[in-house]
Amino acid sequence: MKRITTAALSVLLLATAGCTDGGGGGNGSGSGNVPGVTDTEIVVGTHMPLTGPAAGGYSKIAPATKAYFDYVNANGGVHGRKITYKIKDDGYNPANTQTVVRELVLQDKVFAVLNGLGTPTHTGVLDFLKTNRVPDLFVASGSRSWNQADKYPQTFGFNPDYTVEGKILATYIKENLAGKKTCFLGQDDDFGRDSLAGVEKILGAVAAKESYVTSNPNVGPQMGALKAAGCEVVVLATVPGFTALSIGTAAKIAFKPQFVVSNVGSDPTTVGKTLGAAAPLMEGLVAANYLPLNTDEANPWIQLFKKVNAEHNGNAEFDNNVVYGMSVGYLFVQALQSAGKDLTRDKILETVQKNGFQGPGLVPLRFSAQDHSGYGGEQLTKVENGKAVYFGTPYTTDDGDGPVAPYQGQAVAPPPSGVPAA
Amino acid sequence: MTGRTAAKHEAETAGTAQAPVPDAGPVLPKRRRRVHPVIVIAAGAVLVVALTYMLPPFRNYQLATVGAYFCVTAGLTVLTGLNGQLSLGHGALMATGAYTLALTQNRWENLPLSFAMAVLVTTVVGAVIGLAAARLRGPYLAGLTLAVAIVVPSVTSTFDETFNSDQGLSVFLNPPPEQYPIEQWQAWLCWGAALVVVLLLALLVRGRFGRDLRAVRDDETAAKLAGINIARTQVLAFVVSAVCAGVSGALFAYLAQSVSPGAFPLTLSLFLVMAIVIGGLGSLFGALWGALLLVVLPALSQSVGEQTGSQRLEGNLALIVFGVVLVVVMLAAPGGLASIPSRMSRLIRRNR
Repeated sequence: MKRITTAALSVLLLATAGCTDGGGGGNGSGSGNVPGVTDTEIVVGTHMPLTGPAAGGYSKIAPATKAYFDYVNANGGVHGRKITYKIKDDGYNPANTQTVVRELVLQDKVFAVLNGLGTPTHTGVLDFLKTNRVPDLFVASGSRSWNQADKYPQTFGFNPDYTVEGKILATYIKENLAGKKTCFLGQDDDFGRDSLAGVEKILGAVAAKESYVTSNPNVGPQMGALKAAGCEVVVLATVPGFTALSIGTAAKIAFKPQFVVSNVGSDPTTVGKTLGAAAPLMEGLVAANYLPLNTDEANPWIQLFKKVNAEHNGNAEFDNNVVYGMSVGYLFVQALQSAGKDLTRDKILETVQKNGFQGPGLVPLRFSAQDHSGYGGEQLTKVENGKAVYFGTPYTTDDGDGPVAPYQGQAVAPPPSGVPAA
Repeated sequence: MTGRTAAKHEAETAGTAQAPVPDAGPVLPKRRRRVHPVIVIAAGAVLVVALTYMLPPFRNYQLATVGAYFCVTAGLTVLTGLNGQLSLGHGALMATGAYTLALTQNRWENLPLSFAMAVLVTTVVGAVIGLAAARLRGPYLAGLTLAVAIVVPSVTSTFDETFNSDQGLSVFLNPPPEQYPIEQWQAWLCWGAALVVVLLLALLVRGRFGRDLRAVRDDETAAKLAGINIARTQVLAFVVSAVCAGVSGALFAYLAQSVSPGAFPLTLSLFLVMAIVIGGLGSLFGALWGALLLVVLPALSQSVGEQTGSQRLEGNLALIVFGVVLVVVMLAAPGGLASIPSRMSRLIRRNR
């Protein structure tokens, strides 16, 4: 008798499992002819590594963006519409990205995919998004793949691309560490390769170069090789976990070069947490950024984002990932505002292409009809007393042979309401 | 000669005791007539085509994914359930098929050729691993196949000029004919391949090869005495199963338009074994259940995770749910989901 009950129970469980999934898929909105847009709502979605190897730090981005949207919604929304942000976890696995992006587009009928994170993950869905004519805005990666206006007219980047960054980091080395033996450690993909290309455009060939893969959390051999090569400056094109690993491993073998680190792997809060008690090793680390720094309390953008973080993000630990997520949200709201009340997919693409956005960024966005890459430059930072601080002026450049030029434009302050005007 | 057939007969009955066929009680008719696999597959094909016209695009994509999983679970259940070889490395064989498809497709842009190459290469790889595997038993075999699963990312980063490391390769695909939605097309292709694979497997295991497989699984000495070449049977079983995994991997490469080591992690191999155990070891219907669960459970747990609002839960919940389902099914129906109908009927009879 007991057995029957258990058997029946398990069948029931599975049956409900099947049904819920089979029938429960809501048709979402879509009363008008623009997917994801009604008179009261705009639905957008993203894919993010909330779990898995790349979740460290990056998992805080999408909730921050959502928090900014909630803030905008609480202040009346955009043209009377509230923004709904659907966050899907892909665990940084390209196969999962395929599934969740299809779910967003085909089932949830999102208006646009916003800030999808990762080079390997997002590369796989470019064609799918193109076929379905879905705006693919502000991809969270510095790969140059997003900047193919002819092939993928609906895709736009956000981060400065890794070659631009490499050129700027190399310019710092050329001007301040001239004559030192410079070496390179990068991720074995577009990130590392594009970054190295930028560095070598300025400095010529580096003395030694090594690479790592995220699936093998050991950089002992690489750091050993760089030490043996007598490197005095090491440029890191690494994700936060591997920045910490590289610095820690170097310290273990008494290798003390000047580290110069890519923006995506340099958030002191994230790296410091991984290093734990060894966090002081970060002292003097040079990196770059293009958004206000989380520790700069005097900055009006940071004040705004901290307020939003307290009110709508459960007061999450305020690091540069939160600043990044909210900056993406701000830019998207700007684009929606200037696209106007009669929102269509074509209109948002036109608006983004027209550019002219002024926000938290230290340098302008490069968007134009031919250029779909994101921010056009960065400013250098140095870790002092555990905090990153800006020094010098921001630089802008391109991913070709253009010069690395100081940018003189003034930073703008956010509007008093914290919501960009139409 | 007579000894051999007797041993085979014994092996067969031993096999059926574990298979989802009710034990021959005196009340039962002697043997239920089995429907020929061709009829079952044809019915399945009609059902799938009907479904692709009824389902919305995203469900069609999920249906296609079920078809792709069905190929590998069917092959694995034959290997593990019928031949008793445990493989924890089928994810790596899927990766082999997927990378072969990607490399061939990007060079020659000919999809049928790419699938043929995927089959060919996984046959070779399967034979090599199978040859080694045939010499090993139990935990040692599991260890060997586990190593194969783990080595994938290292291979792709060591030969990064060909495989492009963790980032993987994108797959060049020509769009399908205009008049069909792409998801419908994907479902047709995946299920076409799955049904062919399963039909071939069904025909294969109901004949002499299937008897050999079971005989080797149940008692190697007895099988040897009956004149069965043990090593050959085991290697063949591994190759057959590897080809199924290769086809499945190629289908995934086609669906995802990309291949990367991240798509074939160790957990995938473990999930496959769990799926066929939950579905019912050795049963092709069980393999279908397993394939269905591999798609439904993660999707279900994701929507549950979304409703509870805990973002961290989403990716991890699937693991927990899978474990719980495994425990529940093993308690309630040790023969797996495929054995439930016969168990139910038996229980009802006993209670009457």
